[in-house]
Amino acid sequence: MSDPTPPRSREQVADLHFMDARYKLLDLAAFLDRLDRAAGGEDHRVRGLRAALPLLLEKDEGRVARILTLWSDPSVAPIEKADTKAASGVWPGLK
Amino acid sequence: MRYIEPHGHMVSRTTDDYQAMVLAGCAAICEPAFWAGFDRKSADGFYDYFCQLTQHEPKRAAKYGLPHYSWLCINPKESEDMALAADVLALIPEFLKAPTVLGIGEIGLNKNTRNEMKVLEQHIALAVQYDQMILVHTPHLEDKRKGTRLIMDCLKANGVVKPERVIIDHVEEHTIHEVLDQGFWAGITLYPESKATPVRAIDMIESVSAQRVWLNSACDWGHSDPLSVPKAAQEMRRRGHSAAAIDRLVYGNPVKFLSQSPRFKDPAAQA
Repeated sequence: MSDPTPPRSREQVADLHFMDARYKLLDLAAFLDRLDRAAGGEDHRVRGLRAALPLLLEKDEGRVARILTLWSDPSVAPIEKADTKAASGVWPGLK
Repeated sequence: MRYIEPHGHMVSRTTDDYQAMVLAGCAAICEPAFWAGFDRKSADGFYDYFCQLTQHEPKRAAKYGLPHYSWLCINPKESEDMALAADVLALIPEFLKAPTVLGIGEIGLNKNTRNEMKVLEQHIALAVQYDQMILVHTPHLEDKRKGTRLIMDCLKANGVVKPERVIIDHVEEHTIHEVLDQGFWAGITLYPESKATPVRAIDMIESVSAQRVWLNSACDWGHSDPLSVPKAAQEMRRRGHSAAAIDRLVYGNPVKFLSQSPRFKDPAAQA
């Protein structure tokens, strides 16, 4: 058997992690503001980030997995050849 | 606290890191072969690298009282060159005789190409031929979900590989359940930006049966933290997990998986 998760209240979770989540949300807002002040069009990574924001407000648990899945390449077959070794963080084909 | 670092690229780290890890409770370290950050031009480069992993790095670790083990392969980032891959694969059997080599790894996929798949299949066949355990690298970011599924299909298609002797590393929230459901071990890699943070890792631990999961830092030449496993243990402690539960995750689980190789010695049994 796996070890059981110790019981905890939502207040206890907030006590532990609220400030961490707060600064990360503010950092995200600042990033979006910074983009607004910059020139040029929006690239696929930022499109993907904006597309993920509504998922944060969904009621069911599993938000991280749903966001990661949204950003994932949905194809199933190996590709013939890659033009880069790197990954960008969001599948470029995401609309 | 004691812990095992089951995946760290120590050839890229300083002696200060060894010192800090030992002070934090590290009892043993395992080092899979990986990409150096640039493509090596010939098999000779790999020969030297395998010497470093099997001869020199264990001596460096021993100066800090740390047992050092390794896994051997050509990393998927260099697998596009099939001729180079064949030359490197031919080197590996000689190094499998080294007393600290635990298996074949970290093999897998990077961009999920056909050539990467072929080299993955060859590595799996090599592991089967020499009865070696397998440590799998899953692709980064948007390529991870597809690559993880391709890798598991490839392992199952071999027909001989035992899932309990394979650890599929770098799982995240969208891949961990499939990996465990298919009988493999799952590795959660703790990175400051990509992969999982210590906080997310413990969220995952609290949502799955964690008997076949290990945590690792995969510390290397990039943005990574060699102390991320003890930091995840600290996160568990903050949340009220018992010392025994923490020990099972960061020490007991890696010892259980790694002990499937007769070469791995439980540090506690050596004390």
